[in-house]
Amino acid sequence: MESIIGVLNYGAFFAITAGIYAILCLGLNIQWGYTGLFNIGIAGFYAVGAYTSALLCGPPPGPLDWRTVGGLGLPFPVGVLGAILMCGIVALFIGFISLRLKEDYLAIATIGIAEVIRLILKNESWLTNSVWGLKHIPPPLHSPIQRGISGFLSANPDASVAVKALISKSYNWFYLGLVLGIVAILYWVSERSIRSPWGRVLRAIREDETVVSAAGKNVFRFKMQSFVLGSMIMGMAGSLYAHYAMFIDANSFEPLYGTFLVWVMLIAGGSGNSKGAILGAFIIWGIWAGTDFMSGYLALSAIRVASLRIITIAILLELVLLLRPSGLLGEEKFVSKMMGKSKRGG
Amino acid sequence: MVIYGLISGSIITLGAVGLSLTYGILNFANFAHGDIMTLGAFLALICLTLMQALRIPATTFGALSFGLPMVLALMMAMVLTGGVAILIDRILYRRLRKSGRIVLLIASVGVAFGLRNVIQFIWGPLPQYYSAEIQLARKIPLLGIRIKPDQIFIIGLAAFLVGMLHLFLQKTKTGKAMRAASDNIELARVSGINIDRVILYTWIIGAALAAAAGILGGLENKFITPNSGWEMLLPIFAAVILGGIGSPYGAIAGGMIIGLSEEISTAFISTAYKPAVPFVIMVAVLLIKPRGLFGGK
Amino acid sequence: MALLEAKRITAGYGETEILHRVFVKVNEGEIVSIVGPNGAGKSTLLKTILGLLKPREGKVILEAEDITGLDPDRIVRKGICYVPQTDNVFASLTVEENLEMGAFIRKDNYQNRIQEIYTIFPDLEERRKDRAGKLSGGQRQMVAIGRALMLEPKIILLDEPSASLAPKLVRLIFQKISEINRSGVGILMVEQNIREALRIADQAYVLAMGRNRFHDTGQALLNNQEVGKLYLGD
Ligand SMILES: Nc1ncnc2c1ncn2[C@@H]1O[C@H](COP(=O)(O)OP(=O)(O)O)[C@@H](O)[C@H]1O
Ligand SMILES: [Mg+2]
Repeated sequence: MESIIGVLNYGAFFAITAGIYAILCLGLNIQWGYTGLFNIGIAGFYAVGAYTSALLCGPPPGPLDWRTVGGLGLPFPVGVLGAILMCGIVALFIGFISLRLKEDYLAIATIGIAEVIRLILKNESWLTNSVWGLKHIPPPLHSPIQRGISGFLSANPDASVAVKALISKSYNWFYLGLVLGIVAILYWVSERSIRSPWGRVLRAIREDETVVSAAGKNVFRFKMQSFVLGSMIMGMAGSLYAHYAMFIDANSFEPLYGTFLVWVMLIAGGSGNSKGAILGAFIIWGIWAGTDFMSGYLALSAIRVASLRIITIAILLELVLLLRPSGLLGEEKFVSKMMGKSKRGG
Repeated sequence: MVIYGLISGSIITLGAVGLSLTYGILNFANFAHGDIMTLGAFLALICLTLMQALRIPATTFGALSFGLPMVLALMMAMVLTGGVAILIDRILYRRLRKSGRIVLLIASVGVAFGLRNVIQFIWGPLPQYYSAEIQLARKIPLLGIRIKPDQIFIIGLAAFLVGMLHLFLQKTKTGKAMRAASDNIELARVSGINIDRVILYTWIIGAALAAAAGILGGLENKFITPNSGWEMLLPIFAAVILGGIGSPYGAIAGGMIIGLSEEISTAFISTAYKPAVPFVIMVAVLLIKPRGLFGGK
Repeated sequence: MALLEAKRITAGYGETEILHRVFVKVNEGEIVSIVGPNGAGKSTLLKTILGLLKPREGKVILEAEDITGLDPDRIVRKGICYVPQTDNVFASLTVEENLEMGAFIRKDNYQNRIQEIYTIFPDLEERRKDRAGKLSGGQRQMVAIGRALMLEPKIILLDEPSASLAPKLVRLIFQKISEINRSGVGILMVEQNIREALRIADQAYVLAMGRNRFHDTGQALLNNQEVGKLYLGD
């Protein structure tokens, strides 16, 4: 029984992280899956979201901190909104530089901004507290729920151990509900928007930009909207992560975790498919977490195991590209004959 | 400072020229290029160890801090890295060529992470050294500035390799065909140019130059890590964009400009932000002259 | 004897079918023009003959040899060279290098051939060291045709060689094409300058909506009232 509860509780922890990745995937799906925009600086937006939210909602700097600003102690929703807004601004800047150009420029520009953000996190200790990170980021509704838990435990002193174990982790279950609720909302919004005229233009841009501009649409504007929207969603994911982890530092946002995994997730699940984005996040996160379990059986150092896991994911990505390029679910087919697929050529 | 700029410029240039070639001819941004550099640097390490085991005499050259084995290792690593690049192309990129440039780009991101972690798996994340003893190369005065003999070697070798590449591209049939393919691959195909052969050469040359860049970077910094090449990727891309994509000559100028500005920037801003300098330059280029100084693709 | 024959060609891009059982034939020593409205599928036909597109139906026959579905580089080796409608020079290579690239698969010494090309297009010799991208439209077209001639092909496919040239240059290019033809090279060309194209053609085809509409000698089509009304604005 207890082991079942243990598994359940681990399941909640697992699903929260996977859910946060699913949000990142949905953001990327709007950019890449719908519009064909290649963002490889996901980690940067994720970090901006996390830090913004932490600085808005967290406690003021403590005596041992390097940082001198932030810690306004604002409520959680303000943090999320701030994260969204901040990422939107960064995305506007990047989009302005590179969205008029060929798609690879966006890739390079996003990698560049992610690098700059990483440097800022590391070096601007007045803001980010450098490698010591931001601590005690308040999880939303933590104290009322904890009060509820202690209330229940003191009211039912002779409840079984299993029930106690489950109840005492209620906060995780609450947070899981929050994350999955947001995933559901974003899924709905994604599905609605891709079926709207706006979404059809995005897809047409991905298929053939020249046809869209020939039809008199401002391609740059649409690309910008898609890029900014996707980045905002990534910022939201960062905020959710910060309030769950309660502690963030510059090392939480290595390019691998943020960017590479999300790409593999989306491609494995099926680009251009919101269900695929969510499915990919859970499956790849499952494989990632699973290889962590298995590593216990390998007589290798932790660092070697970490490398091995990344190699596994990299090979997985290449296999998907070679064998199942449209991912597990493939792209959803829409009946959209509005924009012809014909290309002009001579 | 200018010397340091020239040295890092030479190294960036070697990387950028190779990247620009593959970019122009294969028509995709190879994000694994930095890790190919790392691979070269570590392959040189293997060759070096091998030669020590074989007791190749460590003949030294004048005031250089390394000897014959290092030079041999450098050449062997360049060849081997070219081989690995071809292997990756045959296994992966070739099969994906029809899927378009962005799929290739994604695949190269996978290759980048894969290669880096294979290296990290074998050697671990800590710095590795080409030579156990620390030989302090004397500084010699040259034109009124002090420069280490090793640094002269780095600049000299980079110049030599770029010169060889120039001759190859200008004077040989295959070199011209590479330029033609970079210019207009469809036309190259209907002219009867053997595109497969052009691609083969492109990988060999691009990867060999990348390996040289990785090794020279190791000689200058005195160590290599599995992240060395990745950390060079941004300056290299900036150099390629600055010079104009697909223009190897632009990449030379771009590489030198990026190298120099990185070093000179340290006079004005904290060294911690040195890695951001290429990005800032790149942003400026994209805003002002997106096709690069020398008009690439 | 038929030098090149495309029989019942059906071809297209992806799902869309552009050409429907199209037929053209070039006899030895002939100039054959293909004319027709924009989007008729003229360029598509040339691409299919060269092997850039694979036909779904039909055959391409070169001197009694079936070359249907071969890759372009194989077809080029068999003696068909092609000048695309746009982007038909290597802009960053010099004029001379462009010609060398045309001779890429030749193993013999082709310096003589370069000289011969310069005799046909004296303009190019003056500018042999200049990058092709810097040349005028007319000169570029000469480079493109010169490049295609480097292999001494049996036949060249020209896609709108006179497009966007000034009238004087149009005449010059047509003159050169006749000259090349007289030296023994078959010509299959697509043209928008319909009158000129029909005038110098031995045979001509009118293509519309991916189908053969008319086929006759060039002169006969020029005099054909229906063709005149539809395509020449008479
Ligand atoms: N690469 C391509 N992909 C899809 N459709 C094409 C392509 N090239 C041409 N088409 C279509 O094929 C038709 C015929 O084009 P084309 O052969 O270029 O005509 P023409 O040369 O007679 O003007 C046009 O409708 C055009 O839109
Ligand atoms: Mg045409």
